[in-house]
Amino acid sequence: MNGISRRGFFKVVAGGSALALAPKKSAFGMAEFDGYPESMGVLVDLTRCIGCRTCEAACNREHGLPEPDLPFNDLSVFDQTFHGGTQKRRTDDGAFTVVNRYDTKTAGGPVYRKIQCNHCKEPACLTSCFVSAYKKTKEGAVIYNPDVCVGCRMCMVACPFGIPAYSYDSALHPEVIKCNFCYDNRLKHGKPPACVEACPQEALTFGHRNTLVKTAHERIRANPEKYVDHVYGETEVGGTSWMYLSGVPFDQLGFNTSLQHHPILDNTKSFLGIVPMVLGIWPAMFMGFHLLATGGKKEEENKKSQHRGEVHEE
Amino acid sequence: MNRLMEKGFRPIDSLNDPDNGHRWSLSQKLLLGLSPRDYFRQVLRNPFNWVLFLIFAIGLPLIVYRYANGLGSVMHGSCDYPWGLFLGFGLFCMVPLSASGFLLGTAVELFGQKKFKPILNLALLNGLLGYFFAVVNLLVDLGCPWRLYYPMFVSWGTAAVLFLVGWHVATYLSVQIMEVSEAFFEWIGWPTAKKFIHAGTIGLTVAGIILSTLHQGALGTLLTYAPAKVHPLWYSQEFLWIFYLCSSVFAGLCMVIAVSTIVEKTMAWRCSRDFLDHLGSITIGLAKGATMALVTYFVIKLIGIAHDNEWSYLTTGWGSWFMLEIFLGVVLPIILFSVAIRKNSVGLVRFTAFLTIVGLIMNRLNTALISFNWNLYPEIPHPYELMITITIFTMFIAVYRFILYRLPILYSWKAAPEKVLVASPVKNRAPVFIEDSAEGAWARPSGRP
Ligand code: SF4
Ligand code: SF4
Ligand code: SF4
Repeated sequence: MNGISRRGFFKVVAGGSALALAPKKSAFGMAEFDGYPESMGVLVDLTRCIGCRTCEAACNREHGLPEPDLPFNDLSVFDQTFHGGTQKRRTDDGAFTVVNRYDTKTAGGPVYRKIQCNHCKEPACLTSCFVSAYKKTKEGAVIYNPDVCVGCRMCMVACPFGIPAYSYDSALHPEVIKCNFCYDNRLKHGKPPACVEACPQEALTFGHRNTLVKTAHERIRANPEKYVDHVYGETEVGGTSWMYLSGVPFDQLGFNTSLQHHPILDNTKSFLGIVPMVLGIWPAMFMGFHLLATGGKKEEENKKSQHRGEVHEE
Repeated sequence: MNRLMEKGFRPIDSLNDPDNGHRWSLSQKLLLGLSPRDYFRQVLRNPFNWVLFLIFAIGLPLIVYRYANGLGSVMHGSCDYPWGLFLGFGLFCMVPLSASGFLLGTAVELFGQKKFKPILNLALLNGLLGYFFAVVNLLVDLGCPWRLYYPMFVSWGTAAVLFLVGWHVATYLSVQIMEVSEAFFEWIGWPTAKKFIHAGTIGLTVAGIILSTLHQGALGTLLTYAPAKVHPLWYSQEFLWIFYLCSSVFAGLCMVIAVSTIVEKTMAWRCSRDFLDHLGSITIGLAKGATMALVTYFVIKLIGIAHDNEWSYLTTGWGSWFMLEIFLGVVLPIILFSVAIRKNSVGLVRFTAFLTIVGLIMNRLNTALISFNWNLYPEIPHPYELMITITIFTMFIAVYRFILYRLPILYSWKAAPEKVLVASPVKNRAPVFIEDSAEGAWARPSGRP
């Protein structure tokens, strides 16, 4: 016990000096992180989703979330828009997941899209949090610990999918709210998440992420006219555990199709790379400048300031 | 104050009452040497104090309200715009405007530019207070402000840029407290402590440069976590940190020019002759430094646009807004500063400094708030949020003024040599003064009633 906690302590200390000396090492202490091999994931096939909102209801029940204003079988929520009609529903402090309807121009009727945390392989929320409130479990879930969260909301700024919400209305226990892949009750024990289990259409497929990538490409190969040839989430921001297949171009469904294909964390590297340089070079360089600029004149300077009335012991 | 000065009043500027040689007591020092009645009369007479009072009367209850009802009661509580004015203004603008401490520290202590010595203390204080109030803003903005120390002592997210910002702002704040404490120790009358700090000046200054280079840049880097959200014209993965660092140089210098202008206009009574006499040439000197930083900034901004090939964005609405920011905050200041320096016009320099500050604030708000989520929808800050931001800034001004009135920032402290105090331990008997300072003589009240 003692040994373990001590080792844990040293790891933390090492991390602290890594900040100062070698912060290029990424979030997990490795230069490259390819994701946990055992990571699970979910493949969302939008061509199968009928917008029944069963997943929303299941998630709500599973996590004891507050009762929504309109019941889950009320499909009029799909007509709701916000901020001058520009926005559809999003995850918030009462919902880990929401389904939205997109009336696309292509034939075949509207398309429904479920959103929730995508459980990125190298999550921006995790890597931007300065108190390590997030954890990527080996099962692939990105979970959050409210006990250390300071509430800076950097993670919300960083999440490229705009998923984390915050309970702004709580004065004493505000926290970040997002889908946790049903980690505690289900995923940890090898069970699929509540939403996946509830889906009547098998629009959600639970499995190992590596397998799901193959499944997705097989579906596209088997039905090239049915699917867009892209698995959203396979490479976006370094890859996500939840991935999407669609029959209409992703940008028509509110997906951000301009996301980078490497982890968000990489963006900070050009800056973090200079940190050790500054720490190593600045002191000597500026002391050098100092000696060059004032060398030998220090005495004079002292006398002068004395004449300004400063106290100096002789 | 001016009225009192006309009556022959001299604010306390030394350890002992020059009339009878007594040490000033703390309360006398706090009241500037006025009687309590005179002091409060003077406070009430000043209309500016009434404005402060009004702002506090509205803003302070709002801050209490925020703690009682949660952040959502004073902000929009938006999940798309997690940050509002508290961070957008309070952190992103206050920090660069407070770069003055490390800049003048470097110039005076490291490069031996004695010319700037009279304004050094003001620059240091400006830095300290700016950072301090950035932290006050944080305390309002954080969801759990009581966990402010968590990133230091409880849980470390070492890979996060914000971790670096947090640590650096905290350590730099301590460095600045030490730097300014020299003046405080002088005022309170602990010469040994003062000397102790003074011995470490060079170390503190170098620490200041390192910490400032890194965290000014780190603030910019924070936004590289949101590449898809910040508008491309304000976003640059490679250069944001250097934009922020470089602009903090002219921001800090212009802030000193601006503050010294206000000081000269409103509290000349508190300034030493040394300060007032040199302020003109110092202002021009600062403007030269600011111009160099502005030109550098302009060049790297152009490189940034060229590097990411963002020219086509310039023709959009966002492009016009971007160009307005660059014109008002960079190009126009470069032109005006150059003219002012050539003509030796302190007035024009000062005007330009205020303009540059406006430009800087525009830039920071543009990157962190206005162009953020440019492809979603714009969000106007909640009125309460605006009011609290104004209130905190007003606190900043009030504390600033409180300190400037008292500590030897704008004047030098005339401490009687310690020998004298030893020579005359008997109460009610004036010690013999050793006139060892030319300035001591002019500052001693001659026509004191
Ligand atoms: S989708 Fe957002 S909240 Fe979920 S893991 Fe990725 S970055 Fe974090
Ligand atoms: S809000 Fe909490 S979880 Fe998110 S980055 Fe800040 S401290 Fe971390
Ligand atoms: S995985 Fe669990 S927490 Fe996430 S949306 Fe599905 S049911 Fe909700």
